[in-house]
Amino acid sequence: MSSQENPEESLPAEQGDAHGEVARNDDPFADPGLPPHKPRIQDLDERAAKRSERVVAFLFTLSMLATVGFIASFVAFPIDRIVYVWPLGHVSALNLSLGMTLGIALFCIGAGAVHWARTLMSDVEVADERHPISATPEVKAKVMADFKAGAQESAIGRRKLIRTTMFGALALVPLSGVVLLRDLGPLPEKRLRTTSWAKGKLLINQNTMEPLRAEDVVVGSLTFAMPEGLKEDDHDFNTKIAKDALMIVRIQPDEIKDKKQREWAHEGIVAYSKICTHVGCPISLYEQQTHHVLCPCHQSTFDLSDGARVIFGPAGHALPQLRIGVNGEGYLEALGDFDEPVGPSFWERG
Amino acid sequence: MSTATTTESKPQQKAPAGERVADWADGRLGIYSLAKANMRKIFPDHWSFMLGEIAMYSFLIIILTGVYLTLFFHPSMNEIVYHGSYAPMHGIRMTEAYASTLDISFDVRGGLLIRQIHHWAALIFLAAMFVHMMRVFFTGAFRKPREVNWLFGFLLFVLGMFTGFTGYSLPDDLLSGTGVRFTQGAILSVPVVGTYISMFLFGGEFPGHDMVARFYSVHILLLPGIMLGLMVAHLILVFYHKHTQFAGPGRTNNNVVGMPLLPVYMAKAGGFFFLVFGVIAMISALFTINPVWALGPYRPDQVSTGAQPDWYMGFAEGLVRVMPGWEINLWGHTLALGVFIPLTLFGLILAVIAVWPFLESWVTGDKREHHIAQRPRNSPTRTGFGVAWITVYFIGLVGGGNDLWATHFHLSINSITWFVRIGFFAGPVLAFIITKRICLGLQRRDAEKVLHGRESGIIKRLPHGEFVEIHEPLGQDQLHTLTAHEQYAPAEIGPSVDENGVERKVGPTQKLRAKLSKGMYGEGNQIAKPTAEEYKEITSGHGHH
Repeated sequence: MSSQENPEESLPAEQGDAHGEVARNDDPFADPGLPPHKPRIQDLDERAAKRSERVVAFLFTLSMLATVGFIASFVAFPIDRIVYVWPLGHVSALNLSLGMTLGIALFCIGAGAVHWARTLMSDVEVADERHPISATPEVKAKVMADFKAGAQESAIGRRKLIRTTMFGALALVPLSGVVLLRDLGPLPEKRLRTTSWAKGKLLINQNTMEPLRAEDVVVGSLTFAMPEGLKEDDHDFNTKIAKDALMIVRIQPDEIKDKKQREWAHEGIVAYSKICTHVGCPISLYEQQTHHVLCPCHQSTFDLSDGARVIFGPAGHALPQLRIGVNGEGYLEALGDFDEPVGPSFWERG
Repeated sequence: MSTATTTESKPQQKAPAGERVADWADGRLGIYSLAKANMRKIFPDHWSFMLGEIAMYSFLIIILTGVYLTLFFHPSMNEIVYHGSYAPMHGIRMTEAYASTLDISFDVRGGLLIRQIHHWAALIFLAAMFVHMMRVFFTGAFRKPREVNWLFGFLLFVLGMFTGFTGYSLPDDLLSGTGVRFTQGAILSVPVVGTYISMFLFGGEFPGHDMVARFYSVHILLLPGIMLGLMVAHLILVFYHKHTQFAGPGRTNNNVVGMPLLPVYMAKAGGFFFLVFGVIAMISALFTINPVWALGPYRPDQVSTGAQPDWYMGFAEGLVRVMPGWEINLWGHTLALGVFIPLTLFGLILAVIAVWPFLESWVTGDKREHHIAQRPRNSPTRTGFGVAWITVYFIGLVGGGNDLWATHFHLSINSITWFVRIGFFAGPVLAFIITKRICLGLQRRDAEKVLHGRESGIIKRLPHGEFVEIHEPLGQDQLHTLTAHEQYAPAEIGPSVDENGVERKVGPTQKLRAKLSKGMYGEGNQIAKPTAEEYKEITSGHGHH
């Protein structure tokens, strides 16, 4: 404890001082002090030192040449020139030459400086004394006295009304900043619960941009669809498709294990949300034999023949199913919106 | 007055120009006092002290190249149809952010190189910070008076992760957009406020039109501004505390032995900046990183396989991938534990390593300053803990790449997931035990070397036919180096009754402290270093065997 108050004791006294001879001869582990300096070849032989000088100068010269090379490459190579360089393959001539010349120019400066320091600058080790970080008791006493004097002169301790109201004002004023952040975005409300799907909306094949007919969907195929009326050049297309994206497969009706799923399907054609219920990646891998779909991001796997329940991976619940039917002209249509929120779980989901 | 000054300012010889400039600056900035304290400041030399420098220099490189990139990048989510010079993307709808990234890569001469340097430097920055942090951890260089600087460094690492994440999300390509979607899904899992945070962050529903512009200001201004301040503070403290050094002849807790800043360290450290920059430039010329042109623009209903975050986010990714999909539905609310637990663990795992120095100083109760870097073996419990932490981190990283492990090594993704799930709990325990044993073994070997000398490799045959190896006694410097470390005695709770026979109150925290102390410094948790008496008895006695 006392060591905390008295900073002089803060540095544990260890064996001897830096250059001291063996302090206590009876201690076999005593600090022998700094070993004598061992001269390098450059310290003894001027010819070796000259050689080092030439190496350093050579590196600096190489750097200059590399910079010239950089500028030359910048001017000489068109940006779209592709060249074959073994073992890299086909690469951009400009990118490769700029990078290598810049790299060499920089590296040679560094190598030159380090070689200079290691071979020619003095390598005699010197010891610097450390001083305790904490102040001496006198300094501390002075600071405490100063602080007391300052506090007394401000009368902050005596005039409690000022102190209290000041803290109140300082505590409240950041609220303005917090309030200003309110318009960063809308409140969640029911936004995450609804999609563009509604009764009577046709299912548009994303490959052909044509409405899907029941006979277009064959067993073993995977079709991606979006709702009628949504266009790729809509301003908020990305926000819409992030919830509307649909995947459609056809399963022999007797292979469908889930009763509700069979009712919501049309002759074995089932439509599920494409957005994974884990953290929202689009699911895109379909195994037609088992009717499993796999999210490539975190490998959640869903069984489309059994209510799209989770059979592997970190997803927490089944994919929402869209109830579909066929309209008078034979086109697949939605019979309403999803009856639960699509995508990842959230607190208000319920 | 005028006469006095004119006579004074007309010396026989004018001072050289450099000196006059320095005088001018000194009169206004006081540079001579500053230089007196620092110009010949001593820095100790050890290869591991370079790791922090790599981090610092790669940060500077990131700032330099980042400023260049802002000159060409358009942080806008306005959609356009691409008609630029990269033919495969002709006619494709994309945001201006993605289009301008293509322009930087294909139309701006040298733009691709700077983009690559920026990204490579960011990867190396995080790696260097990680390794530097581990060096500080394993050598106990975080002990008093450096705890605050440890926290500064830790904050730099965490902020670096988020700066990296917001940075690689800016091009709005298919891969990074998927990463942002994942982040948004994770935010949604936060109880009560998740949906609000998501709406406020994205200006409405994901992805909206604000994400790139907002991430841009966070990436180029807010986070790097804080980091620059922290880095300057970090360096000021390194200067103020003076660098730690390893024990050795003449190197004590009261001094710092090495070469002066001017000229040796300036040449070495300054030169090292160019070495780091040069190597990163060459890596960027040779190895493509983040080829956004091959990925295509982001669309929330499209994804590629093998999606991976940058390496420093990989362990968080791993936690999310291997977590079972637990979900609780109660009273109309959903608790998505399958996502929220990994999100919490991500913060907890990072926090655990940050608070270790405070735990350790509480257990030892040591209030002294420590400037000697410890050898990891001499702190077996701490070293074991550090290796256990790294093990968790890397097992998470394996989980984050489970699909790549599966496809590259033809493994079942289910087995990898189960390996990570079990490894997450068993791995650190095993790593702790093994590391501690290795440390204790090394301590024993050190003690043996001190007492019996170094194995010389020379076999001697004794008159009666026995073969023995000759051990050479160590020199004084080695004897000192191997015995210079301090060893704590475990903290005692003390007797349960005081001298008057009255029962003493021992709080649970005191008991915990004693227990931890025993685990760190008790019997079997460190090997007592040889004493001078032991040494004398062996050396004076019957020769060495």
